[in-house]
Amino acid sequence: MTTYAETIAAGLTGHGHLLGIEGLRADQISDLLDLADSYVDQNRAVKKTTDLLEGRTVINLFFENSTRTRTSFELAAKRLGADVINMTVASSSIKKGETLVDTAMTLNAMHPDVMVVRHSDSGAVKLLSEKVNGSVINAGDGSHEHPTQALLDALTIRRRKGDLYGLRVAICGDVTHSRVARSNIHLLNTMGAEVRLIAPPTLLPSAIDRMGVETFHNMKEGLEGCDIVMMLRLQLERMQGSFVPSRREYFRYFGLDQEKLAMAKPDALVMHPGPMNRGVEIDSELADDLDRSLIRTQVEMGVAVRMACLHALTQGTLAGDVNSGGSKS
Amino acid sequence: MSQRDNKTKRVYINARIIDPASGLDVKGALLTEGIHIVEFGPKLFKDGVPEGIEVINCEGNCLAPGLVDMRVHLREPGDEHKETILTAGQAAAAGGITAIAALPDSRPILDDVSGVEYVARRAREAKMVKIFPYGAITRGMEGKELTEFGLLSEFGAVAFTDSTKAVANAQTMRRALSYAKTFNALIVQHPEEPTLAGGVMNGGEISTRMGLSGIPNHAEIIMVERDMRLVEMTGSRYHAAHLSTAGAVDVIRQAKARGLPVTCDTAPHYFCLNENSVLDYRTFAKVSPPLRSETDREAVFEGLADGTIDAIASDHSPHDQDSKRLPFAQAEFGIVGLETLFPLALQLYHKKALSLIDALSLVTNKPADILGLSVGRIAKGGTADLVIFNPDSPFFIDPEKFRSKSKNSPFTGFPAQGKVLRTVVDGRTIYDRTAA
Repeated sequence: MTTYAETIAAGLTGHGHLLGIEGLRADQISDLLDLADSYVDQNRAVKKTTDLLEGRTVINLFFENSTRTRTSFELAAKRLGADVINMTVASSSIKKGETLVDTAMTLNAMHPDVMVVRHSDSGAVKLLSEKVNGSVINAGDGSHEHPTQALLDALTIRRRKGDLYGLRVAICGDVTHSRVARSNIHLLNTMGAEVRLIAPPTLLPSAIDRMGVETFHNMKEGLEGCDIVMMLRLQLERMQGSFVPSRREYFRYFGLDQEKLAMAKPDALVMHPGPMNRGVEIDSELADDLDRSLIRTQVEMGVAVRMACLHALTQGTLAGDVNSGGSKS
Repeated sequence: MSQRDNKTKRVYINARIIDPASGLDVKGALLTEGIHIVEFGPKLFKDGVPEGIEVINCEGNCLAPGLVDMRVHLREPGDEHKETILTAGQAAAAGGITAIAALPDSRPILDDVSGVEYVARRAREAKMVKIFPYGAITRGMEGKELTEFGLLSEFGAVAFTDSTKAVANAQTMRRALSYAKTFNALIVQHPEEPTLAGGVMNGGEISTRMGLSGIPNHAEIIMVERDMRLVEMTGSRYHAAHLSTAGAVDVIRQAKARGLPVTCDTAPHYFCLNENSVLDYRTFAKVSPPLRSETDREAVFEGLADGTIDAIASDHSPHDQDSKRLPFAQAEFGIVGLETLFPLALQLYHKKALSLIDALSLVTNKPADILGLSVGRIAKGGTADLVIFNPDSPFFIDPEKFRSKSKNSPFTGFPAQGKVLRTVVDGRTIYDRTAA
């Protein structure tokens, strides 16, 4: 286990932070997934904690409300023995005066080893990372990246299919606003999977084909021969005429049900980053079908992947040293 | 002092005198008395300068009309922590600029006589460069009710624009164009269809990768196309500000071929940089309209080279650190430009797209002509607004050295050529590199 950690720590030292999947190499991703795999058993055991991060401080800094991701990171840090502080900063109090950079520098003065940050603006986590000494993990920034989600998706797939290489994966839904989609596109392409996007053109960002994907506007055509079907969440306010005309029309043409799924491979598996809109992007029964749906496994893998990321970023070196190669201002 | 100044004679010798308006490019001397140019040419004082005349030796460097910058955000009144009329004047002087047209989006907005008068008075007090205020097209720049074009013109407004807001309503724009004819006033549009321009950077592969909302090229193209039809309807003069797209340059090119009374400008960042500058969420490269693709950059450059684009303006938009040190979507739009306009305009010369005199024309007599100003030229009896420069000396742009209060430039480390050595307004030196 230490060998994995050493390799990854070496690989990520150049980063100091985990800000995105873009730029990570295939061997770094594989090593992180291997390390995460080793934590799955620990999480299933009766005694779930170790003391790897004993004495270290992890701050979960969430500028956007999130229960599941924050809980997942909190559990991951606690199971490694770290001290964890959760801070949810409503965006309104930011608007009252203190800027993101002020917040970053204030918290930095308390010497956290790792900051796990979510923010509604793309690039905000990178901006914050430039102002702190510890490592920063991006827990989702705007529509940009959500690297731990892509890693947990990859671990989930790998445990069921053995390998990501050569798989045909469809990502369906609101790609334009999705950081999950972007991180997954980077990861799947890096690992040699074939990526398809299925959505109405209003939910596909411009020049998305330049990211190495094939796009489809018809669910049945797009799902043909797919090994994995990843559904994305569509926010309710985007279904009332601005991007798509109505919920019912969206579900009719882009919601996943048994009929459409029949176009994919017979053993195709269904994923969703949650929280789901049952009956909007995914049929309720299908979501609960344990033979086809990996949705609960994804949640389980999330804790293991986040333990691996915390492990890799802190292993063998004080957080302040990890960061020394990064940019500061 | 002013009375004595009025008679002070100064001669600039060993100069390469370049005047784009008349096509003059000769070695010689130039004599000023008080605020005026008296005489110039290759024969002047060829056998020595008489007693009693102050001599300024140009040492073979170029002597040209001071630059005219037709788009500058002064930030005074209202945002003096970003820039003041004095600091903008100092920055302009260091940039070889002797006249600027001030955009009306100060706080309060320059939409009435008192605002326009205030800027004119503060400019006189600062005694730096000449400042010509624009008036807003609509009250509060809200795109609804027209301002008093006649009265504002009388009190010094050189043209009318809603600054970085488009006049989006077609009927309002039509009426603005029609009514402007009464006073032969020029309407300057920020050409961007606002309903398509809700993003924060150019729409395309990079915005998609960065997860930022994009502004498509078509936001600009559609507005310029619409406005060309309104110009056809009204027959009025129209100027499109800061073109950034190949498509819009093409629309103007065709409109000019059809004989429409239209002109346009662009800013240096639209022909020197492309959207790659915003990678890593660099907010100093966040600007409106956004930096575009390499294809667009080339087309803007080509538009300058072939004369479709009539002028280069700095679009100087000062912002303090707090307005830029934010997540990209929250940061303000804008780039400072007074101190980089000159060397970046010369890129057209150094890249062999234009001769030196034609490149200078884009920042001197051409913008002056668009605004109907007599500045931007060397003429007997004209005011002595001059710049002495070396067109070739190379350097790396360093915003930390700017005199502007704000340093928000994406050109840090950009290799440029062309240094301003001295700037003269009304015969008086307001910038001297050797003394700076």
